[in-house]
Amino acid sequence: MRVVVDLNRCQGYAQCAFLAPDVFAMHGEEALLYDARPDDTRRADVLRAVAACPVRAITVEGAGGRWTADRVGASDGA
Amino acid sequence: MALDGSLERLRREGHIVVVGASLAGLRAAETLREEGFTGTLTMIGDEPYEPYDRPPLSKQVLLGLVPVGQTALPRRRTLDARWRLGAAATALDMAAKRVTLADGTSVEYDRLLITTGVRSRPWPNELEAGLDGVFVLRTTDDAARLVGRLRAGPRRVLVIGAGFTGSEIASVCRERELPVTVAERGPAPLVGALGGVIGEVAAELQHQYGVDLRCGVMVTGLEGDGAGRLRRAHFSDGAALDAEVAVVALGATRNTEWLAGSGLAAGPRGIACDAGCRAFDVRGIVSDDVFVAGDVARSPHPLFGYQFLSLEHWGNAVAQAEVAAHNMISPGERRRPHLWTPYFWSAQFGVNIKSVGVPNMADQILVGQGSLSEHRFTAAYGYQGRVIAAVAFDQAKWLEFYQRQIEQAAPFPLPFTTVDRRTEGMRPVPAGFPDPSVPTHGPEVTVSGHSPTDQRVTFTPA
Ligand SMILES: Cc1cc2nc3c(=O)[nH]c(=O)nc-3n(C[C@H](O)[C@H](O)[C@H](O)COP(=O)(O)OP(=O)(O)OC[C@H]3O[C@@H](n4cnc5c(N)ncnc54)[C@H](O)[C@@H]3O)c2cc1C
Ligand code: SF4
Repeated sequence: MRVVVDLNRCQGYAQCAFLAPDVFAMHGEEALLYDARPDDTRRADVLRAVAACPVRAITVEGAGGRWTADRVGASDGA
Repeated sequence: MALDGSLERLRREGHIVVVGASLAGLRAAETLREEGFTGTLTMIGDEPYEPYDRPPLSKQVLLGLVPVGQTALPRRRTLDARWRLGAAATALDMAAKRVTLADGTSVEYDRLLITTGVRSRPWPNELEAGLDGVFVLRTTDDAARLVGRLRAGPRRVLVIGAGFTGSEIASVCRERELPVTVAERGPAPLVGALGGVIGEVAAELQHQYGVDLRCGVMVTGLEGDGAGRLRRAHFSDGAALDAEVAVVALGATRNTEWLAGSGLAAGPRGIACDAGCRAFDVRGIVSDDVFVAGDVARSPHPLFGYQFLSLEHWGNAVAQAEVAAHNMISPGERRRPHLWTPYFWSAQFGVNIKSVGVPNMADQILVGQGSLSEHRFTAAYGYQGRVIAAVAFDQAKWLEFYQRQIEQAAPFPLPFTTVDRRTEGMRPVPAGFPDPSVPTHGPEVTVSGHSPTDQRVTFTPA
């Protein structure tokens, strides 16, 4: 799955690192480093992190059916 | 409100073309669909990859924590777009409303959005730039090449230019326990973006982490061995340094060459547009069907004296793309201005650096919270008696407060005392920006254009 964190918004609360430690990790006191493409087996953890982030900084694809994956290539809707 | 017929038709069955399929292009495309555009959407991008995120390239990707090529951006929704990836746009005919591609084909549009961003400024000497071991870092391909070389364990890495990207690369090298030298023409790292006072702190961080930092020098030449591999660098102070890898981090140039002769106001400083993201033509008249967003755009901002800002900031690309997309399919009275307050982050040497506003417009700085010597502080920047920016080292929580001060054009220094204010925060000092007429590696924010600078504004974002 794909993940991006809006690090302007992120306040380093580390909720995500607590809930999905193999995807999100604090680097130093408050800088966040994350895996932008965690394995699908991590989906449940990642979705928990998305929900728990107090500033809603985490975007994932396909979360809760609202954002759906889109294929790339000439066939995509063309 | 009823839309006029032609706009209604555009929204329903028009053709919108986006040139530059990266962060701004993708977010704009999503917004178009989100807001009900059902016509044809074509995404043209010269990189062969679907839109991916760049900030991780100089951080988790270079560190080896995330594999190269694994930073594709999540989609917020289905796009139903035609993708023309690996195809550069080479010309724009505004009269015919047509974009020509490198493969000789062309695409006609009803509305065009240009999000072609910037590229790394290459090492100026072409022969030297071609040496094996000389790199830049802007794209995922660049990252792949560089990370492969770092993994091989070079005896020394030279980073040329200590802006944000250069400093982040140096930080990664130290984490990988590679010997690294940083050469910076200015007096300190980050000086162009954050000024000399904060640059001092950045220099301390580099020393603390064992970077061989050399400021006030220029790299004058890169020397190869018989096989065309980089072996040595020469400095303006006469020194020579053996290095197997050199990363050129001398800022970026705007991808506007393809617009030469198009009649758009496009040049090395970007494409000028109004606050509604409509591109200016060379006559200074805004176009109604060509829009601009992201790193390639320069647009006026009322908070900063209506000067034109070019921002190489992730958050700006997203915000401006959303405004541009909205305006492309909205009637005049429903259009919105792009009045985003500049925001930026960087992670280096384990420190979370964040800035808000436009620091490099400032004349003074005051440490409002914390202490420079602890490398944990928030400092406000002042320009002609008002708060214009703030920067935080591992104190991101304060920035929202300063953002509000900036948006309200609050006086500088702030008249009240704040929590955790130390003696060093009692008096503002000169911010120490280098003379803007002397070129640096690029502050990542460029302010240009004339303005009524004394004008005071009260800024209340919608
Ligand atoms: C290594 C690195 C680290 C960064 N770190 C941070 C950070 O920590 N914080 C932060 O705020 N920002 C950071 N940034 C900046 C951020 O990534 C950019 O602001 C953002 O990518 C801008 O998006 P954009 O879509 O406007 O432009 P770009 O991402 O530059 O995309 C432009 C796209 O258009 C393509 N293109 C160019 N010319 C043509 C043409 N003629 N035809 C077709 N396609 C074309 C380009 O190849 C590219 O794919 C970083 C950037 C880099 C490179
Ligand atoms: S939970 Fe949200 S704010 Fe906290 S570190 Fe994670 S992304 Fe940042």
